[in-house]
Amino acid sequence: MTLTLDRRDFLRVTAVAGGGILIGNWIGPRNASATAAAVFEPNVFIRITPDGAITLISKNPEIGQGIKTSLPMLVAEELDVPWQSVTIEQAMADRSKYGSQSAGGSTATPGHYDSMRQTGAAARQVLVAAAAATWGVPASECTTGGGSVHHHSTRRMLGYGALVDKAATMPVPELASVTVKDPKDFKIVGTRVPGVDNAAIVRGKPLFGIDVTVPGMLYAVYHKAPVFGAAVASANLDQVRTLPGVRQAFVLEGGTSLSGLLGGVAILADTWWAANQARKQLQVQWTDHSTGQQSSGGFSRQAKAFAAGTPQRNLRSDGDCAAAIAGAAKVVEAEYSYPFLAHATLEPMNTTARWANGKMEIWAPSQNPQSGGQLVSRTLGIPEGDISIHMTRTGGGFGRRLNNDYMVEAAAIAKQAGGAVKLVWSREDDTQHDFYRPAGFHFLKGAVDAQGKLSAWQNHFVSFGEGQGYVASASLSPTDFPSLFVPNFQLDSSVIPLGVPTGFLRAPGSNALAFVAQSFIDEMAHAANKDPLEFRLDMLAGHGMMRDGERQVIDAGRIRAILEAVRDVSGWAKTRLPAGSGEGVAFHFSHRGYFAEVVRVSVSADKKVTVNEVWAVGDIGRQIVNLSNAENQVQGSVLDGLSEAFGQEITITAGKVDQSNFHDFPLIRMAQVPAKVHVDFIRSDNSPTGLGEPALPPVVPALCNAIFAATGTRVRALPLIKQGFSV
Amino acid sequence: LKINGANHTVDVPADMPLLWVLRDVLDMKGTKFGCGMAQCGACTVHINGAATRTCVLPVSAAAGASITTIEGLSPDGSHPVQQAWQEIDVPQCGYCQAGQIMSASALLARTPNPTDAQIDEAMNGNICRCATYIRIREAIHVAAGKGVAK
Repeated sequence: MTLTLDRRDFLRVTAVAGGGILIGNWIGPRNASATAAAVFEPNVFIRITPDGAITLISKNPEIGQGIKTSLPMLVAEELDVPWQSVTIEQAMADRSKYGSQSAGGSTATPGHYDSMRQTGAAARQVLVAAAAATWGVPASECTTGGGSVHHHSTRRMLGYGALVDKAATMPVPELASVTVKDPKDFKIVGTRVPGVDNAAIVRGKPLFGIDVTVPGMLYAVYHKAPVFGAAVASANLDQVRTLPGVRQAFVLEGGTSLSGLLGGVAILADTWWAANQARKQLQVQWTDHSTGQQSSGGFSRQAKAFAAGTPQRNLRSDGDCAAAIAGAAKVVEAEYSYPFLAHATLEPMNTTARWANGKMEIWAPSQNPQSGGQLVSRTLGIPEGDISIHMTRTGGGFGRRLNNDYMVEAAAIAKQAGGAVKLVWSREDDTQHDFYRPAGFHFLKGAVDAQGKLSAWQNHFVSFGEGQGYVASASLSPTDFPSLFVPNFQLDSSVIPLGVPTGFLRAPGSNALAFVAQSFIDEMAHAANKDPLEFRLDMLAGHGMMRDGERQVIDAGRIRAILEAVRDVSGWAKTRLPAGSGEGVAFHFSHRGYFAEVVRVSVSADKKVTVNEVWAVGDIGRQIVNLSNAENQVQGSVLDGLSEAFGQEITITAGKVDQSNFHDFPLIRMAQVPAKVHVDFIRSDNSPTGLGEPALPPVVPALCNAIFAATGTRVRALPLIKQGFSV
Repeated sequence: LKINGANHTVDVPADMPLLWVLRDVLDMKGTKFGCGMAQCGACTVHINGAATRTCVLPVSAAAGASITTIEGLSPDGSHPVQQAWQEIDVPQCGYCQAGQIMSASALLARTPNPTDAQIDEAMNGNICRCATYIRIREAIHVAAGKGVAK
C-alpha cells in the first residue's frame, strides 16, 4: 500500500485562537476555473460533490476509542444525512486547519460535542438557503431529510449534490448562531453505529502505521541502551554491515532528555526480519549512566525509610487527625503499594519517514502527532512547515503514544540514511522502553468513631519526583476522595528521585489511586462493621457538589446515584453466594466521568481467583454518542483493569527493566474473562463526556474488595500473582 | 508457497519466519506482528486448516502447505466469522482482530457449535489488548449460528 498525501487544493482557512477545533472557516465563492467540478466545502470537516457524495473528515487520531466514527456521527446528524451515505476520511495532522488533534484524557467528546454538531448544522443551513433561493421560497418553508432539501407544499426536492454550485456562493452563518436539533429528533447520535473501519479490519486491509509501505524504503531497528539515557560508546558496525540483507548501520548520538531522541544504533535492511537478525550480532559498549544504580528493591526501601521519618511536605490538613485518631473507636493502619506498568499496545511502536529534498514526510500511529512534528522539528532542525504527518489508524494507544520518541527516531534515521525508512520496534523494545505508569507507596492511618463514622484519614504518599515536583503521572491531588468528606484529613508527601521515564497510562493517576482509596475505605467500612456499599453512601449523604474554595471538585449526588444503581442491578448483599465467593464494590470519578462497579469472584482453596461477573454503572452525562462503542469501551476498560491487577508489574534491576514480552508481562486472556460484564448508564442532566478512561479505575479496588469478602485476605499490593494468588 | 490458492515463489532465507515473508516480501499486511514469540496470536494464519502462529514458523516449514491468510478467508469479507465480527461491532483498535478471526474460523471449522469453554480454550492464545473478549465470544456464537462453510 502506498499512502499519498491528498494534494488537492483544499481551501483557505484561518486558525482560531485558543486551540479548539476550527469553526467558521467558510470558504468564499469558488472560482469556477480553479477546479474542474464545483465542490461544496463549507468547512474543513465536510465535502460534498455534485454527484451527492458526502465526505466527512475525522480530525483526531483513532486509537481504538472510536473517535473516527463518533465525531462524524455528530456532523452527519446535524447535516441531516443518512449515516450509510457518508464516507469518512482521516485528516492529516495540521493544526492550522483542525486545531488541536490528539487522543488523550477522554477529552474529545466534551471538547467537540457542541462544535461538531454546529459544524453539520451550519452546512445544512447553507444548503437549505441555496434551495430556497433556487426556488424563490422562504428558507423557513424548507425541510431536510435523506440528504435532500424539500419544499413540501410545492412537492419540490433537491439533493445536496445538486445544490453544490449554489451553496458555494451563499453567505455563511456564525457557528454559534445556528440551530441544532432537539436530541429527541436524533436519528444517528445515541444509536449503535459499528466502527467505520470494521469492514477493512475484518478483511486485513492495510490500515495501521505498521502497514505503511513507501516505495524504496528500508526497514529499520533501533537498538537503545537497556539503562535509560546511556549512550553508545562503541559498536561493531563494520561486522553488522556485512550481515545478510543489511544496507546501512550507524550510531545516532541522541540527547539527554528521556522523552526525546536517545542514543542508539540503527540497522537498516531489506526486511525487518533481516534487520532484527543482524541486531543479534550487534555488540555495543554503553556509557555509564547514573540511572544504572536504581532498582525496584531500592525504591521500596527508600519509601519505607521516608515512612519512618518526617514527610517532606504537607499537601493538605483539615481538622486534627492526631486528636481524632487518639479518640477513635477503632484505628486501622495499612501500607499500600502498586508497581510500574507498561502500556503494551499490541501494535508495536513504529513510524515510516521519508526524507527527500529537505522535506520530511511521516506516517505514524500517534496519539499526539502535532507534538511529534514539533519534536522532530526541534531535534533535527527541520522547519515545521517542511514536515508533514499522516495519521494512521493506531493499534492501541492507552497513553503510550502521547510520547513520540519512536517518531523522532524514525525521522532521525531517515534523515541520516537519506531516504525512506520504516522503523518497527520489537516487543522487547516496547516493554523495556516505555513511559511507565509510576509505582507508588501509601502509608495510611484511618479512624472510625463510636458512631461508626470515618473520623480521620491520614496518608503519607511516597512517590517519585524532585523538590516540589512529581514525575509525569505520579502526583496526588489534595482534593482526591475521600478529601472533603472526612472531618480530619491529612495528606503528606515525600518523593524519590527517578531516572525511569514515566507517562500516562489509561486513567493516569486514577488507575492507581482508586485502588488505594477505595480499598482502604473498604477496610474502614469493615472496621466500622458496616456494609461497604452503605458505608460509602453514608459518607456521601447530605452532600452535593463539593468545592475546594470556588473550584468544583466532585458531585456527591452523582456518586450516590451510580452507587445506588450498581447496588440494585447487581443484587448487592441480596444474593446468596457460595463459600469461597465474595462481592466487592468501588467507585471513582475521573476524566469528568463517574463509575461505580461491583465485582463478584470465587477464590479456590489454593488461592486461584476467578472473576465471575462484573456490573459497571456510569454517568457521563445526558447523551451517549455511540451506544455500541460506549459499551465496548466500558467492557474493555473493566477487563483492562482486571488485567493490570492480575499479573502486571514492571520491575527495575540495575537500571534495566526486567520484563521483556507477554510471557513475563501478561495481559488478560479469554479464559480469564468473566462470563458477563454488565454495563448501564445513568443519563444525568450534565454535558456529555468521554469514555476512554473513567470506567477503569474502580474495577481494581472492587476486585480486591471482593477477594477480601471471599477470603478475609486484604490485598494491599499489586499484582495479585505476586501476592500468593493465581488467576 | 501456496497462499490463498495462488502459488508464490520467494527467494528468502529458509529460517525467515512466514510472518515476515507475508508482510515484507509479499506485501500482505493483514497478518500482524505483535510479539515475535508466539505469545499473542496476532500473526495467526491457517496452515492446512490449523491455526498457526507465523512469527516463529520458518518459511521452509510452510513450503507446499496450503496457507490461508486473513486476505484469503473469503474473497469479499463474506465468511460468517467476518460477518459476525461486523454485526457485533467487535473491534476497538482492531489490530489483533485478523488473528482472532483466523483462530475463530479454525475453531468453527472443526467445532461448528462450540461451548464457552471450548471458545476459551481455542482463543486463549490470542491477546486483545483492548479486551474485546466479551464480544469475540458473542461473535463466535453468532458465526456458529450462521454455519461455517468449510
